[in-house]
Amino acid sequence: MNVAIVDYGVGNIKSIQHSLDRIGVNHVYTMNPEIIFSAEKVIFPGVGDASYAMKKLKNNNLDKLIPNLKQPLLGICLGMQLMCTYSEEGDTSCLGIIDAEVKKFNSKKNKIPQIGWNNIKNLKTNLFKGIYENEFMYMVHTYYVPKSRFTISESVYGLTYSSAINKDNFYGTQFHPEKSGLIGEKIIKNFINEL
Amino acid sequence: MVAKRIIPCLDIDNNRTVKGVNFLNLIDAGDPVELAKLYSNEGADELVFLDITATKDKRKTLSSLAHEISKNINIPFTVGGGISSIDDVSSLLFSGADKISINTQAYRTPKLINQISSRYGSQCVVVAIDAKLINDCWYVHLVGGREKTSTKLIDWALEVQERGAGEILFTSMNNDGTKNGFANEILSNLSKKLTIPIIASGGAGKVQDFIDVFNVGNADAALAASVFHFKEIEIKLLKEELKQNNIKVRT
Repeated sequence: MNVAIVDYGVGNIKSIQHSLDRIGVNHVYTMNPEIIFSAEKVIFPGVGDASYAMKKLKNNNLDKLIPNLKQPLLGICLGMQLMCTYSEEGDTSCLGIIDAEVKKFNSKKNKIPQIGWNNIKNLKTNLFKGIYENEFMYMVHTYYVPKSRFTISESVYGLTYSSAINKDNFYGTQFHPEKSGLIGEKIIKNFINEL
Repeated sequence: MVAKRIIPCLDIDNNRTVKGVNFLNLIDAGDPVELAKLYSNEGADELVFLDITATKDKRKTLSSLAHEISKNINIPFTVGGGISSIDDVSSLLFSGADKISINTQAYRTPKLINQISSRYGSQCVVVAIDAKLINDCWYVHLVGGREKTSTKLIDWALEVQERGAGEILFTSMNNDGTKNGFANEILSNLSKKLTIPIIASGGAGKVQDFIDVFNVGNADAALAASVFHFKEIEIKLLKEELKQNNIKVRT
């Protein structure tokens, strides 16, 4: 098994690398299109600002490559949001893999960013194989992906939103499995072994 | 809804934990990584490492510590203490820290808050504020509480939020070390005025103090050091009690 972690200069990927080390899979942090294209699995990380991140993807021609990948891909946090068509954050056109618009939480209703551990429920697909309903995952975000037919995990923060989405070979989690203890690590293992 | 967080705080000097750590079952109680693993296994939601090292090459040693911690635990952690530039922040984040905490330096150079949050996102910026109640008014203090300013707590808290802080770590100097409970009245005021989460610190002594800081003080997270280090309160049991009091926690 070899896993490519997409390097586009955004985000803190140490925890993902350490997680993969603990699971015992080979991984490479790269922006090289050929290596990403031929990897068995791809992890698409990201934290920070959506428009800045899209700019970085475009600078490296990764915005064309990622939507055409055929192997299982896991977008994490901002990585998941960038898989959608559009984000309110910086009025940004995203990769358009999943037909959904990323919206901002209402700060009158809830503190933003949402920081902390929230439950995941109505879990679907093998990404959540062996994971119980209502387990806690660590989330840090101000923008969210609304519930839709692509939702494979739901969470509630003022409203019900997608804490994970899927279409074809593309998977995304709003939460950080690499920061969510042993259960989070199990989800990464599922991505590696079950998809 | 998101769960209330319990956060042990570890003081670090030259990569060793200091200040009364009393764990019999640890091979090396001074090893921050060992202690971090233990707290993580007990159900801590996050960890805060506060570096008090006064040496010149502290950035390098702190970054290598962040790297070791990140290798060994899989819950989020914050590193603070003496961070004074965006380069310090970069070095810590790239070593695996999830957030950094700034205090005196944020006050002296408020632009630093904007810089960090625009480069790395507000989620990684915790602004720590120490304040003391003097004649019915809370004043911001710097340098570990040694230097009083004329700035009011609420004003500074609103400013750091505006500048891009993702969370505020508020320590009441009046309560710190008393073990008589958190400063719930001002915490609740802060919580009403701010839209970002608040981590409460200072005053934890018993389980009821944690119940009150969430129910009365409306804090989003509670931080404590000695009650955990001395095993006066065990995190697992604390969380059970919080749960029985209808406070949502991760168990």
